[in-house]
Amino acid sequence: MLSIDLLRGFAVTLKHVFRRRVTVQYPEQRRVDAPVFRGRHRLQRYADGLERCVGCALCAAVCPSEAIYIEAAENDPNHPISPGERYARLYQIHLLRCIFCGFCAEACPEDAIVMGPNYELSDDSRAKFVIEKEQLLTPPSEGFGEYESFLLPKIG
Amino acid sequence: MSAFLIYTILIVIKIVIVFGIVLGSVPALVLVERKLLGWMQIRPGPNRVGPWGLLQTIVDGAKVFFKETVIPDGVDRPVYDLAPLLVIVPALVVSCVVPFGPAIEIAGIQIPLSITDLDLGLVFYFAVASLTIYGIVLAGWSSNNKWSLLGGLRSSAQMVSYEITLALSVVGVLLLCGTFNLREIAEKQAGGFWYWNVCRQPLGFFLFLLAGLAENNRLPFDLPEAESELTGGYHTEYSSMRFVTFYMAEYVNIVLTSAIITTVFLGGFNPPYPYEFQGTWLDGLIGVVWFGIKVGALAILYIWIRGTLPRLRYDHLMALGWKVMLPLAFINLFITAILIALERPWWEMCAVGLAILLMTDIFLSHILWRRRRAVY
Repeated sequence: MLSIDLLRGFAVTLKHVFRRRVTVQYPEQRRVDAPVFRGRHRLQRYADGLERCVGCALCAAVCPSEAIYIEAAENDPNHPISPGERYARLYQIHLLRCIFCGFCAEACPEDAIVMGPNYELSDDSRAKFVIEKEQLLTPPSEGFGEYESFLLPKIG
Repeated sequence: MSAFLIYTILIVIKIVIVFGIVLGSVPALVLVERKLLGWMQIRPGPNRVGPWGLLQTIVDGAKVFFKETVIPDGVDRPVYDLAPLLVIVPALVVSCVVPFGPAIEIAGIQIPLSITDLDLGLVFYFAVASLTIYGIVLAGWSSNNKWSLLGGLRSSAQMVSYEITLALSVVGVLLLCGTFNLREIAEKQAGGFWYWNVCRQPLGFFLFLLAGLAENNRLPFDLPEAESELTGGYHTEYSSMRFVTFYMAEYVNIVLTSAIITTVFLGGFNPPYPYEFQGTWLDGLIGVVWFGIKVGALAILYIWIRGTLPRLRYDHLMALGWKVMLPLAFINLFITAILIALERPWWEMCAVGLAILLMTDIFLSHILWRRRRAVY
């Protein structure tokens, strides 16, 4: 009956008033991200501190939105920056162009670039969205060497 | 001091207090609405500004004051400027006739707790409240925007249609009370909730409640501003204070429609138990508090309805107004008149009203609804 249907609807909304709220109060509370979360990129290092990136520019080649710019340079044999012959002298990602598809991480033969957990990417000028290698490298405080690639089959 | 001077001062004081309360209830109601709608959608609602989000609407109001007034090209300036005022002024003027409490006596002066004790109070309410339509239609027309115009057109059709039901549904009460004076209507319902008109006119109460929703353009009858179809309807092209005028008028209208329903059907300022008003200031306070509780409960019911029911389709709206509610209002009027002429007791009137509601329900859900006709 119409009235019973209507009253049932009112009962539903009334019940929801007393339900636990599902809202995450963002700056104070944070959700636990999935291990395969594709946030901002990171450049990884080996345990001895050497950069994994060898400046091959495969990531730049595969990038569908051409957001990555790389200039490679020869390693100085006495003070190598990466274990290979070359390293990335310049590694820039234009975050406003990036679509976070993760192809760069997939293409990387050295597992140097991975999708990190950081999703707080707002800023107040366009220039700040072109991020440099120093911002992309895993900071020493977060440890060298050990990391989990998003390609590792963890879910599904 | 002459009696005239005292009377004038009293009226000015009452105007200031009543307008202050009515306008002050707007931010409170908006906050309650946002909180309640949030809870119904399993969200917390506004909770950032002030403790528990209590300052949210005040901050919103302050923000709106500093916003730029954007006036689109090609608007009809005089009409465009006039429209918001045509909406808010009738809404506020209606508050003049609402009795907020029983007459009290201070220092030998009789003070009725309403701005004016108009003998044609209910007629005044209908006359003035329907002026709101002009504001909405003119706003839609002068905005030089198709969607605004559509919103204005819809509102004119909708409000004119439901106006008839609104007025007809209280005629039963008028027959019972024999007066248009809202204070007298309220006083006739003294002596406990079984004396309230809602117990004699359940059908009239129901119709008035629904038609009141439609008159205020509230969900599920908010077609004039249907966001998903008309990007805001008649007030699309209004910004800053002009927009807030429309917004405030909507909530003032909710408060005052609730006040009129309370006065006409829910016993006005009478408590739901037998109580004799002696005219002291304490009695006045009791009356005002009970009045406020009832108005608040109705306003919350309006919010609850908004949180539950989806918007009606336009032809459904018109069909409901003309083919269901208007005939029901006529049936209610005739049956009330017959029962009064036969001098039947009040519970018979109540039973008949409820029976008609039940029959309508069965009729709508089992005959028309099953055939999927566009009547309901």
